[in-house]
Amino acid sequence: MRSVGLKRPASLGAFLLLAVAVAWLAVVIVLPLISVFAEALRKGVGEYLEAFRDPDAQAAIRLTLLVAGICVPLNAVFGLAAAWAVAKFDFRGKGFLLTLIDLPFSISPVISGLVWVLLFGANGWFGPALEAAGIRIIFTVSALVLATLLVTLPFVARELIPLMAEQGADEETAAVTLGAGGWTTFTRVTLPNVKWALLYGVLLCTARAMGEFGAVSVVSGHIRGKTNTMPLHVEVLYNEYDFVGAFAVASLLAGLALVTLALKTGLEWRYAGELSAGRRH
Amino acid sequence: MTARRWIEPSVLPGFGPALGFTLFWLGLLVVLPLAALVARPWELGLEGFWRSVTEPRVLAALRLSFGAALAAAAVNVVFGLVVTWVLVRYDFPGRRFADAVVDLPFALPTAVAGIALTAIYAGNGWIGSFLEPLGIKVAYTPLGVLVAMVFVGLPFVVRSVQPVMQDLDAELEEAAETLGANPVQRVVKVILPALAPACVTGFALAFARALGEYGSVIFIAGNMPLVSEIAPLLIVIRLEQFDYAGAAAVGLVMLGLAALGLLTINLSQVILARRGAA
Amino acid sequence: MSLSVENVSKRFGRFAALDRVSLAAVDGEFLALLGPSGSGKTSLLRVLAGLSRPDEGRVLFGGEDFLRLSPRERRVGMVFQHYALFRHMTVADNVAFGLKVRPRRDRPPGTEIAARVKRLLALVQLEGLDKRYPAQLSGGQRQRVALARALAIEPRMLLLDEPFGALDAKVRRELRRWLRQIHDETGVTTVFVTHDQEEAMDLADRVVVLNAGRVEQIGRPAELQAAPATAFVFDFLGDSNRLPCKVVDGHAMFDGGFSAPALGPVRDAPHAVARFRPHEVDLAVEGGVPVTITHLSARGALIRAECQAEDGALFEVDLLRDATPGSLAAGAKVRLRPRRVFVFAEAAAT
Repeated sequence: MRSVGLKRPASLGAFLLLAVAVAWLAVVIVLPLISVFAEALRKGVGEYLEAFRDPDAQAAIRLTLLVAGICVPLNAVFGLAAAWAVAKFDFRGKGFLLTLIDLPFSISPVISGLVWVLLFGANGWFGPALEAAGIRIIFTVSALVLATLLVTLPFVARELIPLMAEQGADEETAAVTLGAGGWTTFTRVTLPNVKWALLYGVLLCTARAMGEFGAVSVVSGHIRGKTNTMPLHVEVLYNEYDFVGAFAVASLLAGLALVTLALKTGLEWRYAGELSAGRRH
Repeated sequence: MTARRWIEPSVLPGFGPALGFTLFWLGLLVVLPLAALVARPWELGLEGFWRSVTEPRVLAALRLSFGAALAAAAVNVVFGLVVTWVLVRYDFPGRRFADAVVDLPFALPTAVAGIALTAIYAGNGWIGSFLEPLGIKVAYTPLGVLVAMVFVGLPFVVRSVQPVMQDLDAELEEAAETLGANPVQRVVKVILPALAPACVTGFALAFARALGEYGSVIFIAGNMPLVSEIAPLLIVIRLEQFDYAGAAAVGLVMLGLAALGLLTINLSQVILARRGAA
Repeated sequence: MSLSVENVSKRFGRFAALDRVSLAAVDGEFLALLGPSGSGKTSLLRVLAGLSRPDEGRVLFGGEDFLRLSPRERRVGMVFQHYALFRHMTVADNVAFGLKVRPRRDRPPGTEIAARVKRLLALVQLEGLDKRYPAQLSGGQRQRVALARALAIEPRMLLLDEPFGALDAKVRRELRRWLRQIHDETGVTTVFVTHDQEEAMDLADRVVVLNAGRVEQIGRPAELQAAPATAFVFDFLGDSNRLPCKVVDGHAMFDGGFSAPALGPVRDAPHAVARFRPHEVDLAVEGGVPVTITHLSARGALIRAECQAEDGALFEVDLLRDATPGSLAAGAKVRLRPRRVFVFAEAAAT
């Protein structure tokens, strides 16, 4: 089989299509991105930098890093464990397990927050009992972590499972016949084969953990300086008509998105063969 | 006949701990919370549940969320196909940049997208100031909801269709050409049918994402009850009133209707795939 | 060390991959497991390697119960069908892997590992490729790395799963000769799986023919050719023609009043099927099966003639080119007369 390949647009129709596509991407995607930085700098660099002197903004940045720092490693471990079980072994109910892993992708972020309130809120299943024991979850950092864990659960697993399934268990089996133990096989054979896919998954997971809005918005309570992550802080500032402040913090998040995108694209180009088939451009 | 085993024997170690941790994590973070979502609305009783989800405000929100999500997915299929075609077929300066930029809605936090879109489409914004004199208001109207949903859904269609379009065999089109098909016929009769299943997948993913979308929509929607209020926002509002069961009811209905929509789409995909295989 | 497999059975649901398989190999023997796909040959190899457990039966190696050992403890060198090379390691690291993963007290020092890798790469004729990655090698080179990797752990037994399956015909022949050499040099007991009868006959000291999970026959290549035990073995080891007959006192009698000596287990039978090879046929003027030649093709010193009888039965005949009249052409009507035939028990004749 041979694919059609790239050619320079030659006909009028081709130029028309090209123009439509480029215009569409420019208006739908690039323009909003530029506007973030334009709005943030509307009143000059001084105002822009001033926005980051706000202790609440700094607290939001720290909290965002904290939540991501907790959630990403945990879900990376989960992704490795799930991929090891699903991709290297044959067992019944695998399809159901895969559906469960994918589920957080297909539910609304608001629902991903709501469910924690249903469990741990003042009227939740476990809320009153925990409250009596002096433990609060909703409107604390714990709830932010739980909501973020749920939203970012599939990211690493989804990168690793197809790749590890594609690679099969042959190399691991060979390692075992050569006398390698389980842990040695995992660290010397499996992990090096998936390291770039793991990094790719961790990257997407981190971006989402730091940028999540809907789910954490429901459980955070928007306590300034305490439970506001950066996206939530953007909302608070925006609703208080502090547009420069809101867009300044937003520009930080947009910068983060651009870095993520650049790294992601770099990984796709450089290590195409070592990512799962769906990621090879 | 011996019953099929739960697990095929393997010489590789670690299945028990790996599956154990996987199940524990999924149980804690997915199954238990969703069980609460499924169970709690019934505290209202069947009748109370029905009343809760048929309030005019809820119906209006569901209608807006569904209608806008469907429309946005449709817009994304049309323009997504054009973008994918250009990215896969044409060599032009900045092609790789354009290809990378498609993923921005995946990476950009929704709240950032929300305030940026609002700024652009507001009456004094870059685009809004052009549309306003023409009598078109985007920000704070259902049209704004659509714009935000188009933004978040675009990459799903492109990324679903792109690999399939890349793998299209050149001989397919050449065969059609030698058989006398003109370019339009080649696209309509040969290429589009081959891309149809991928288009449906992209449509489904874009639709599901738009339906549940919150962050990028609430800023631009204006959130007028009965007019531009989306279903996820109603959940938030009910939670703020400590109406947990009511919030869960809306959540459950959203989930149910989304599942129904995806089921329909999957069925049509099975039919498309069968036709493609024949 | 000697290998003994006793009554090993392995089922997957209703399907019997191995059905009471028994065989033995003496120390240093080169054994081929030959059979079509689904015959159980790979299942048996995996049992020997410890990659799968039989449902019943025993496997003894050097008198030791092999089934009680894990794959790690068996110290068998396995060469996988698709090689299973570690794609992120260089050739040298692949070969050294089995030594480097040993517990510290059993691990040879680094310099010795390096020396052994060097020696092995010389043995498999891959000197100078030690820094390459598997993706940078040809199929035949990968095969040799896989073998060097298996030999590095100084295996007590070498197992090869379709070692040449993924290679083209020319490379196969080269590697075949070379594998035989390696075996003669190392003297390690070797079991290899193949579906190619020519390969098995060419390489092995003895061949185990497997069919549907059962052993059909075990013997030296010449024995299998001279005295196939079952119709399956006869059919699998070469092209085969069939003709109904009755057998009387070791002679096959055919319609048309001619006969041929009948070899094989059946000495007397009112209804039987005679089998004969294409090269064991004469063209006769009378007394033989009347057929029409449908196609002739040249094969070196031979001419292969495809023939059809009036009842539609097809025959393949090899004629010596020098002894064949030049006038013979497609459409000619001739009579076929087998010089000797094999007759097997009816139940096995399919």
